[in-house]
Parts: sequence; C-alpha cells; structure tokens
Amino acid sequence: MKTFQLTRAADSAEAIDAAAQATTAQQGAEIRFIAGGTTLLDLMKLNVEQPEKLIDVSRLPLDKVEASPDGGLTIGAGVRNSDLAYHPVVREKYAVLSEALLSGASAQLRNMATTAGNLLQRTRCMYFRATEMPCNKREPGSGCAAITGANRSLAILGTSEHCIATNPSDMNVAMAALEATIHVRGSKGERSIPIADFHLLPGKTPERETLLEPGDLITHATLPPPASGARSVYLKLRDRASYEFALVSAAVVVTIADGKVTRARIALGGVGTKPWRSNEAEAALTNQAAGEELFRRAAEAALREARPQSQNGFKVELAKRCLIHALKLATQKA
Amino acid sequence: MPDPNESARGFAGGPDSVGTSAEMPDVIPVTLSVNGKKHDLRIDPRTSLLDCLRDHLHLTGSKKGCDHGQCGACTVHINGRRVNSCLCLAARHEGDEIITIEGVGQRDNLHPIQASFVTCDAYQCGYCTPGQIMSAVALLQEPCGPEDADVKELMSGNICRCGAYPNIVAAIQTVRGKNSDKKAE
Repeated sequence: MKTFQLTRAADSAEAIDAAAQATTAQQGAEIRFIAGGTTLLDLMKLNVEQPEKLIDVSRLPLDKVEASPDGGLTIGAGVRNSDLAYHPVVREKYAVLSEALLSGASAQLRNMATTAGNLLQRTRCMYFRATEMPCNKREPGSGCAAITGANRSLAILGTSEHCIATNPSDMNVAMAALEATIHVRGSKGERSIPIADFHLLPGKTPERETLLEPGDLITHATLPPPASGARSVYLKLRDRASYEFALVSAAVVVTIADGKVTRARIALGGVGTKPWRSNEAEAALTNQAAGEELFRRAAEAALREARPQSQNGFKVELAKRCLIHALKLATQKA
Repeated sequence: MPDPNESARGFAGGPDSVGTSAEMPDVIPVTLSVNGKKHDLRIDPRTSLLDCLRDHLHLTGSKKGCDHGQCGACTVHINGRRVNSCLCLAARHEGDEIITIEGVGQRDNLHPIQASFVTCDAYQCGYCTPGQIMSAVALLQEPCGPEDADVKELMSGNICRCGAYPNIVAAIQTVRGKNSDKKAE
C-alpha cells in the first residue's frame, strides 16, 4: 500500500474544499473520502486505489434516517448498512431495500459500510482487482482481459467492447427500483441526481463510473413515499447461500388491483454494468393481468438486449427466472 | 491456512508496505482504548487496526486470515458492534471503545459463548475461533431469528476451514436457549 496523508474533516465544507483539489473523483483520484472503508481499504491493499490523501468523513453528522416532509425517507450518507436494513420504517415500508441490504456482504461489513460507500461500491471483476492484468476501468487504454477471460460473473447488459464489469451492489438495485435520489454537495453548490442517472455506462470511458466531480460529497439519499398498496421483494441468486455476490438478482415493487398490475418498478442486479432499471419490463407489466404468463413476457422484455460473454450465457435465463419468481413472491405476499 | 508471511507483510514497517526512504511516511500519534485500557501510540497511517492490535499492542488473539474482510478471523467490537479489524485504519479509531477476544473473558471466567464453544466442541484448529466468538457475542445483541438458519446467515462472515460449523451453531443456540438441529454431546 502506498502511504497517504490522513485527515479528519471538521465539517462538510472543509471536506469538500480539500477534495476539490483532486483532478478526478473517479478511478485514479488522488484524494478520497473515507467512511466505512470496506471497499477503499481493500482496493488500497491491492494497489488498485492509491490516494495520496484520505479525508475521514465518518464523523460528519450524516448518519440519520428521517421521515421526509413529502412522506418519503431521507437516508444520511453515513448511515451504516445494518442500521438502514433494520430501521423499522425501512423494514415496513421499503422491504425491498432491507432485504437487499441484508443479502449483501456479512454482518461485520454491514456494520461498517455506509449508504454513500455502497452507492460507490466498485466492481468485483477479478481483472480490475489484479494490477498485473489489463483493465480499461483501472488503467484506461490497457485493454479488457475479461472479455476473453474469466467472465462468468460479469455483466450481460450495458456492456461495451471496453468493459463488461458488473456493478456488485445489492442496495443499488433496490434503490433503483425505489427511484431513489442522490443528493450531492460540491464546490459549486448542491444538486440532486436520480439514481438512474447517477451511475454511468462504461462506453469508451469505463474509468468514469458516476457523475461525481472532485469535491463532490454525497450527503444523503431520499426515497419517494412508498407507493400505495405496493408490495416489494428482493430476490438474489448466487453460488452459495450467504456472503456472496449476486449472479443475478431482482428488485420488484409492484401494485396489483383487481388482478391487474397497475404499477411496476423493476431493477436487476448481477447482470448490468450499472444497477439495471428495466423500463422494458415495467412497460410489459403495466395494466396487464398478473400471472406467470405476463411475468415471463416481462422477463423476456428485460433481457431482450442481453449480450452474454463466453462463460455467462446462463445468466440470461437465470435472470429471467429470477425476475419471474420475484414477481410471484411479490404478488403472493399477503 | 494463513500465509506465515502475512503478519510481516501487513505490518506497517514490513517489507511490502514501504518503498524507498523518500516515501517513508510520518508516524502519527493516536490514542486507542482497547479492552478498557488507553494506549498512546505512534503509528504509520496505513496500519490496520488488526496489525496495530497484534504488532503494536501484542494482543494476538485477533487473527489475520485473508486481510481483505472475507474471512472474519480478525473480528473485534468497536463501540459494541462487530467489524473486520483488517479493514479499519487504526488511526481513525481514537475515541472509540475497542474490545478484542482478550477483553471478552478470562481463562477462569469465560464468557458464556466461550464456555459453550468448549462444551459443544465448536472448533478444531482454533485459528478462526476468536473471530467466531467475537461474532457470536455480538450476535446475541442483534436482531436474529430463532432458527439455526438465522444463526448461520448472521455468522456467514466467519469462515471455518476445518468445517466446525454445526458445532458452532449449536454452541450459539445453546447460549440463546434455542434448540439446535445439532445437539451438543
């Protein structure tokens, strides 16, 4: 690990001013905020991340979960994943988020990892994590070893010829289905970014993963009020029963009235280069009679653009079955 | 099994962590509270809490398995919550209450979880055991359902390569007053 200067920010303004001196907030950032540290320190030990300066933001007052005036929920950037997962309002009104969080990592990591850190979680692509291998995300222009290599766990949606790395987060998938908004404070003021826009497709610049610029500090995320009568489920399929990243996952938030789907929000995990909101599946479901046949049509729509690699063709059918089963679970919920 | 070089490699002054003398970092002062005792230290900012505990404070109960938050052998409590100490920078934990396996019980005054691990034979080689016990002690205070499956889920961050899992679950369920599928002999 390269050495670094460690400072603790007294307040958000100080943290933002200090971090704004960096040339990028993306891969290669010289200055990083650190809160839970579960991704960052891991990658620093691998020399994938080599910041010169770490700004500890874990003691900033960003650790509250509060009701929003509009009836939604405000989630501080520093709220620990375990606190969010077990929060009574999240368990009752946003079950998909609680389930997603509890399906991720281990109890120890959930006690450390924060909301903002989870939003910025880095891919588990083995070539990204191995500095002796080419990787366009880690080292732009070096090539992608995954496309011709071990790509079983990697993405089938949103890929490019430069990168097929999967966004590994479970929380992000639930947040996408809940239409969360990410609130950022930076040197030019505050802005609010819908989660659908927050993460970028790799395209020709896989090293750019989010809209964040130097000095941008995520302060909180907000969830809209829970949709009336909606039922939600997070279903995660993986190689072992616990403490493993998703091969595929599905977050569904659906409202049924008189046997018809009146509203659906669908996101998939483990298959996309970003948390994969499926407007196609939602359109297929809306105003149709709920049932296995409809769910199969929605799943086909969700995966229509899938581009499997040499080892992950199974993900196409697995993702469809995952979404169908999640929809069944959600519509069977009492 | 752990790489015997891991400890030296991860140590702040170890061969892998420091390049040329021009890169030699400043050591920084930090006061840590470990098992109720305050320690004034001067450490390399890169020092993980795990390395600090083992190499600076000589509390070698916490173990280094993977050093990447994947095995749980390094589990300690910070402010009452279990965490992977290998993914903590020691210098960030001034003012926090850190409890290690050495602070949980003593040889003649075992924590109920420790006693239950003995009764249930919940270990073989013992390398993962301090982390298992730190996780199990924390689990007693966490929202956890009554079934063995609930315990297994919340203990999944602690790997045991000997495969003592059934007895570990039994040890924890015994302390919780729950029946385990695996009866303690």
